[in-house]
Amino acid sequence: MARKTAKKGKGAPANAGKKESMLALTWKQLIRNKMAVAGLILIGVMAILAILAPVIAPYAYDKQDLYHTFLGPCREHWFGTDNLGRDIFSRILYGARYSLSIGIAAVAMSLVAGVSLGALCGFYGGKLDMILMRVLDVFQSIPGMLMAIAVSATLGPGLRNCIIALSISSVPGYARMMRASMLNIRDMEYVEAARSVNARDGRIIFRHMIPNAMAPTIVQATMGVATAILVAASLSFIGLGVQPPAPEWGAMLADGRNYIRDFPHLVMFPGIAIMLAVLSLNMLGDGLRDALDPRLKN
Amino acid sequence: MVDILEVKNLKKYFKINSGQLHAVDDVTFSIQKGKTLGVVGESGCGKSTLGRTVLHLLESTDGQIFFDGEDVTHVDAKKLRKLREKMQIIFQDPFSSLNPRMSVSTTIAEPLELSGRFGKAEIGSLTDQLMDTVGLAPRLRNSYPHELDGGRRQRIGIARALALEPDFIVCDEPVSALDVSIQAQILNLMQDLQEKRQLTYIFITHDLSVVRHISDDICVMYMGQMVEKSPSKELFKNPLHPYTKALLSAVPVPNIHKKQERIILKGEVTSPVNPPPGCRFAKRCRYAAEGCQAPQNLTEVSPGHFLACHRYQEID
Repeated sequence: MARKTAKKGKGAPANAGKKESMLALTWKQLIRNKMAVAGLILIGVMAILAILAPVIAPYAYDKQDLYHTFLGPCREHWFGTDNLGRDIFSRILYGARYSLSIGIAAVAMSLVAGVSLGALCGFYGGKLDMILMRVLDVFQSIPGMLMAIAVSATLGPGLRNCIIALSISSVPGYARMMRASMLNIRDMEYVEAARSVNARDGRIIFRHMIPNAMAPTIVQATMGVATAILVAASLSFIGLGVQPPAPEWGAMLADGRNYIRDFPHLVMFPGIAIMLAVLSLNMLGDGLRDALDPRLKN
Repeated sequence: MVDILEVKNLKKYFKINSGQLHAVDDVTFSIQKGKTLGVVGESGCGKSTLGRTVLHLLESTDGQIFFDGEDVTHVDAKKLRKLREKMQIIFQDPFSSLNPRMSVSTTIAEPLELSGRFGKAEIGSLTDQLMDTVGLAPRLRNSYPHELDGGRRQRIGIARALALEPDFIVCDEPVSALDVSIQAQILNLMQDLQEKRQLTYIFITHDLSVVRHISDDICVMYMGQMVEKSPSKELFKNPLHPYTKALLSAVPVPNIHKKQERIILKGEVTSPVNPPPGCRFAKRCRYAAEGCQAPQNLTEVSPGHFLACHRYQEID
């Protein structure tokens, strides 16, 4: 027995006996990163404000007051009023609901589709991979923005169609990324080991490969939320996204652009809101990338 | 003694753009229960492919595999699952053979779980037993591979292979990625396990001192073919194939007075893609002659000593 016991072990593990899931480890790593925490707090605050919008907002988002149009920031209207006398602060709060949910829903949908397609292609390869990837090539050859425009023009404007349009255009990106990391992992010995102990394909894909292949895709997804918000803003800007009077941030920018010379606050506040959302998600994404990299552990 | 594994004319070709890569070409051998067959050869000679083909991790191109007297060359999925519980593998690189996101106990419990034969509590206690068997402290249960050193990781790999009490294990260079001090520990562990459990090993390695230490028989591979096979002692005492001679001359001898002649191989390595018939070593062989262009058959030159070289008597 004595001969069998390793005595020269180098790294005695710190977490002796205590169960710590990979998720907990990643979380621990993430909250050590100041930028990531700042991003997390910022996006968290925005989400809470969006949820509590009816409580916090001093006015209804579509309440017009034509006697007080183009007011600058003041005590009654913190961010001023727009061309129809609507309170910009209230509209931004309500707008967060649209913008954030569009961003998150679009990314969630394309992530699910992209990850499954990519995982299948990367794992099975061969003809399936060939056919699916060529189809995705076709999708990807159309610029994302153009694709979103085409889809929402076909489906008609509106929140739900906007989400669908945005998610379709980003599926190929996720699929491609997932496929690449699956190809990397496919030849790892632990996949072969799983096979040698009789693990079926499904288990190998979901238990062994996807968790190890997800890191770059998760990071891409947090950044993707920011991109989706921006593209949704552009869609609204050309009138294909969320329809007025719904206060989507991009729509507010579009409405305000006619008055940008005389009343810049009409575009400034929604612009700042978009910028903060994108910034916080990017910071969070950066932090996640580091936290998910096993080489940086400990 | 019964042969637990018998391999006849096993071939594994890979289709590549420029033709067929003959990774394993016409390899025949058998192993008795409880013995160890060492497989040596340089990188890329098909050692690992041989091991994986025997385990059905790769599909064989041609030839036959018998396990426990039964032809298992082509088996259906159900049979294969049964077979894999009896045949296991220990991998070379303990850093890539363990899923970085699975804890020690999860990794070891996986084969038990997948066999469907055990309840949850049973799996837990069996996992504990296995960890004890391979010398892993119980406190490491919930550690992750990246927290452990190479030796401990390799012990996890061994425990995983042992979980379903296999009869036969392919050891694919199990110690070549480890420090020398750890190598000895792991080799001792493997030998202890072999004695206690009557395990049969195919021990793949390029390290001749290791293979000498652990093997009963040794087979030397070159470019996918077996060029010499003999009992371990006999091979080291009396190597006959020119390639084996060159290989053995590279083993350092711990004696400063004994001057040993080092055979340095020259010439071009034959490509394993669409190789011509005949001896594949001929281009590098200092004894090569005309007859070497003809296929070389493995013949028994003395009891248990097989050789694929027609000129062995002339070159001594």
